[in-house]
Amino acid sequence: MEPKGLRRVTMQVGVIFALSVGAVFAGFPVFWMLVSSFKANPEIFELPPRVVTDNFSFDAYTTILTDPVKVRFFINSYVVALSVTALTLVVAILAGYALSRFEFPFKRPLNMVIVSVQAVPPITLLIPYFGLMVTLHLYNTYFALILTYMVFTLPYAIIMMTGYFNTLPKELDEAVKCDGAGTMTALWRILVPISIPGLVSVGIYTFMIAWNEFLFALTLTRTENMRTVPIGIQLLMGQHSFKWNEMMAMSILGCLPVLILFLFFQRYFIGGMTAGSVKS
Amino acid sequence: MTTIPKAAQRQTPLRGPTPRRSLVPLKRRLEPYGYLSPTLLLLLVLMLVPIGMVIRYSLMDNVITNKHPEFAGLSNYAEVLKDSVFWVAVKNTAFFTGVSVIAHLVLGMGFALLLNTSLLGSATKAVFRVLYILPWLFTVAIIAVLWRLLLNPNGVLNYILQDLGLANSKVEWLASPSIALFSVTFINIWSGYPFYMMSLLAGLQGIPRDLYEAAHIDGAGPINRFIHVTLPQLRPIIVSIAMLDIIFTTQQFALIWMTTGGGPINVTEMLSTFTYKLAFNRYEFSVASASAVTIFAFSMVLAFFYVRYQKARD
Repeated sequence: MEPKGLRRVTMQVGVIFALSVGAVFAGFPVFWMLVSSFKANPEIFELPPRVVTDNFSFDAYTTILTDPVKVRFFINSYVVALSVTALTLVVAILAGYALSRFEFPFKRPLNMVIVSVQAVPPITLLIPYFGLMVTLHLYNTYFALILTYMVFTLPYAIIMMTGYFNTLPKELDEAVKCDGAGTMTALWRILVPISIPGLVSVGIYTFMIAWNEFLFALTLTRTENMRTVPIGIQLLMGQHSFKWNEMMAMSILGCLPVLILFLFFQRYFIGGMTAGSVKS
Repeated sequence: MTTIPKAAQRQTPLRGPTPRRSLVPLKRRLEPYGYLSPTLLLLLVLMLVPIGMVIRYSLMDNVITNKHPEFAGLSNYAEVLKDSVFWVAVKNTAFFTGVSVIAHLVLGMGFALLLNTSLLGSATKAVFRVLYILPWLFTVAIIAVLWRLLLNPNGVLNYILQDLGLANSKVEWLASPSIALFSVTFINIWSGYPFYMMSLLAGLQGIPRDLYEAAHIDGAGPINRFIHVTLPQLRPIIVSIAMLDIIFTTQQFALIWMTTGGGPINVTEMLSTFTYKLAFNRYEFSVASASAVTIFAFSMVLAFFYVRYQKARD
């Protein structure tokens, strides 16, 4: 079945060529973003474009990291994304346990609700959320973002946690219950510790969704000290002159957490994204 | 769910149950609801109540800005459906979604097949895989500014095109009414294919090798093997991710908002940006709610098919 000799070499060259064309398509924009972040702003559109310019420097990064307003965007994003991740994990562990280990009326309809909640358009929820947050005096607070982001993260997290618990043998928690302990002990002492890989997948995906969210952050916060990184990037664009080098530097800094998570936990990432769509 | 047999029920009194004992089954039965209570509470606060609110808003004359709104029937819906921009947005959303989903599938499949080749070593493939997944690691806000840099009339793309003789003037990719919709669709294609690629790659690696060997013995060439072995095996994955992609792409907001804002002259207006502007630029919350409910109804139809498909696979 495997081609041999010259034919194999020709095919190898063909595949490498096709892969390289694809790599330029995928990678060049990212490469250009990186090199632009080291340029001085007037050099961004110089002709002909150069990869390394005369004023190559880290100035754009220094400007961002020494500006308290912009540093605050990052702090806000971390606070919101980490809180959402922690809360989502706890709620999803509890729900996943119930859906995996118990039989009860309304289980199937509840499962269907959780799956279809993913399809509710954010724009539909935005208007009542805005009304709710203003009424509850939560408008322009971390709490407004943390609470509303869970509507995106929970359905996926529950589906995945249920799936993960389903792969673990029921004898494990039965054994604990025979020793007289309750289901709560079985869950936290036995199931959660051996579900770490599943939790990492869910956690990373949740963090990413929260870190990237734009629409709710745009609408449910107002003042600069409550804005997150995606909105911060947009604010840089709105000012009278475009500071392209700073925008690119901020973008690089803004994608670093996700990039680092990806490089360290590649396996979990791929497991997570495929499990979410394929098995539910 | 489980009905206790009559015999067992009759046996229980013989064992002399204490009051505490009779509580145990009830506690057992309530236990799952205890575990589900945070979820149910959040579903109530974040789903049921808001959806009720938005439907109510859509039937009032104007809410949030008006302290004493009055019932207005379906007039807000009539206003939305009579608005020509709404229908432009429907058309644009359909084009944007249709082209994106097909291109995502074609590119995702192509790259997944290339990355699944047995002709290259796993280290080489790993490097390419990381490169190919890059667009997926960026948030939409970053993708938007990045492409505004690349597609700037004075930007690097126009320079390359002019240098190769493919364009003779500076193309206004995002500002020209005849091109802008294609440009934002292209950006969305760039940012969305890795999801397909990774899912399909995982699927390809799960196809049993003997299926290909059997097809080979039957004399099937590479194209026939792809059509008769690969595609049927990947069908469940393809249908699932395509459905999810349709649902999410029709809701795309941030990319449009940060590249064209729906312009120039509405050529890239989507249902999401149309509704957002009604609510937060023009403060017509009731008309915006009517539009939001219309989009919601449409999404629920998509969700119905998605749930039914997932159930059929179980």
